[in-house]
Amino acid sequence: MTTSSPQPGRLSPSDALRLGGYGLAARPLRVVLSALGIAIGIAAMLAVVGISASSRAKLDRQLAALGTNLLTAGPGQTLFGENATLPDESVPMIRRIRQVESVTAIGQLPDAKVYRTDKIPAPESGGIGTYAVRTDLLGTVGATVASGTFLNDATAQYPAVVLGARTAEGLGIGAVNADVQIWLGGRWFTVIGILDPVPLAPELDFGALVGWQAGLRYLGFGGHITTVYLRTDPDAVEAVRSLLARTANPARPNEVNVSRPSDALAAKAAAETTFTGLLLGLGTVALLVGGIGVANTMVISVLERRAEIGLRRSLGATRGHIRIQFVAESLLLSLLGGGAGILLGSSVTAVFATLQNWPTVVPLWVITGGITAALVIGGAAGLYPAIRAARVAPTEALAAI
Amino acid sequence: MSDPAEAIVTLRGVGREYPGGIAALRDIDLDIDRGELVAIVGPSGSGKSTMLNVMGTLDRASAGRVIIDGFDVAGLSDGQLSGLRASRIGFVFQHFHLAPGVSALGNVADGLLYTGAGRRERRERAEAALRGVGLGHRLAHRPHALSGGEKQRTAIARAVVREPALLLADEPTGALDSHSGEELMRLLLDLHRTGTTIVVITHERGIASRLPRQVSMLDGQVVDDRTAVVVA
Repeated sequence: MTTSSPQPGRLSPSDALRLGGYGLAARPLRVVLSALGIAIGIAAMLAVVGISASSRAKLDRQLAALGTNLLTAGPGQTLFGENATLPDESVPMIRRIRQVESVTAIGQLPDAKVYRTDKIPAPESGGIGTYAVRTDLLGTVGATVASGTFLNDATAQYPAVVLGARTAEGLGIGAVNADVQIWLGGRWFTVIGILDPVPLAPELDFGALVGWQAGLRYLGFGGHITTVYLRTDPDAVEAVRSLLARTANPARPNEVNVSRPSDALAAKAAAETTFTGLLLGLGTVALLVGGIGVANTMVISVLERRAEIGLRRSLGATRGHIRIQFVAESLLLSLLGGGAGILLGSSVTAVFATLQNWPTVVPLWVITGGITAALVIGGAAGLYPAIRAARVAPTEALAAI
Repeated sequence: MSDPAEAIVTLRGVGREYPGGIAALRDIDLDIDRGELVAIVGPSGSGKSTMLNVMGTLDRASAGRVIIDGFDVAGLSDGQLSGLRASRIGFVFQHFHLAPGVSALGNVADGLLYTGAGRRERRERAEAALRGVGLGHRLAHRPHALSGGEKQRTAIARAVVREPALLLADEPTGALDSHSGEELMRLLLDLHRTGTTIVVITHERGIASRLPRQVSMLDGQVVDDRTAVVVA
């Protein structure tokens, strides 16, 4: 007994992987079915994150196009709860702020109701707001004309009206032609244009816009400004915002409501993440169920392969070698599921985003997260079966044929 | 009793009791020398399979001393026993135990998997071992494409590819027809001639009688141990 004690051989990582692969290759159908659980879980999570990221990317793109440098200043309420107005000189005052690039104003005409014809009973005004507007409104709020033209210096003097997108829809006016007239404030106005939806000033979508002078002349407009729209230097939005109330109404700055419409859009995007959280939770459940499926498959696999375990022990495999083999098999199985899930989830995101005309965005962190989750689940699911496999006594295993 | 230095297997007062008080082996004394070809023969239930498991270190004796190739098995850990099997003991089973989806070459190469040999070396040695058992033309065949005799020869190649000091064969011809069985016996005799120590477990007296030494077992005990004249 002079020889040193025998040492077990080492199993290289590539051999461990190959062994795991053998086990899977022997039962392809079962592999597909149990990997499917993981795949669906990962795909669900990835699609949820991908779709919301794509939607956010679309919104970011939209905001970039619309600009986040639009501010509005509107009259709030007086200390006594009455509706306030802005002083007439507020527009020139605001224009004097150095970082303001453009400024325009509208005045609401609460008494000028809009009807399709003069035959419609007075109470059925349809919630359309009539505004007297300046001709430079479009550029400042980022609106575009869908049909016809906008008011110009000439048409602003006459009973001509431009409709917001929803107003036109509500009145059943699809396109502009010379004959279209509406009953506005007790007289006929000719519709000369229809706007596209204005994301940053949605109140205009429900409006009927008349020229400032036409308002004064035909509709008893007092010339009071109700909302000022202004574009600032994009880097000075907050600075201008803090100055705006005092500039617009130096006497009563507390009666001025200042807002940044792009904030509302961003807030809407934030609200969608709550929904995303719910779906992510569902994805987690699917993943968990998938993991249980893998564990189940591995337990069955160990039971079926006792003879193989016995043979490997007789060839010199240690308990550790057996454990590594089964854990590797489980890891491969769930990695397969994870990979399929990432492909599936990415395709779902791509298809959905393309259909919605969004850019497709699948964040890298969600892909690495998906692979990590698959590996963690595979490891956890394979550990117990692997330990069981390693505990099988070689003789018992060989007897089980 | 022979000189322990010459012996590859030394059993001294070996007993193996299973839970419930069933004694599969009782007080066995046995020495097998290097280069011997021994048959352990007995009816089923005589304890010969337990004997193979104990000699192959797959099972531990509950009494007595088991010394394999100079190592007292009782003093070795499970990992060290695995190392001992990997380097010194080859097994051949009645039902071959080949991996179904893997080629003959892959199956034989797996015989070296736990020895620490690299993949390339494993495959080269596996090919040589398969040629050695006359299966040089069957390297890429999977087990289902091999005949019973070819499967068992593949299993033998897997056992001998490690050049074990001790080859243990458990009913190696049990699942084969008489012709394949005959070929297999010839292969074992050839291996013996090249110096491998072989222990064949069988319940067939006819097979045992062709081997130089026969150890007969009954009820967990060695009842006869004779070295006969070989009529090969």
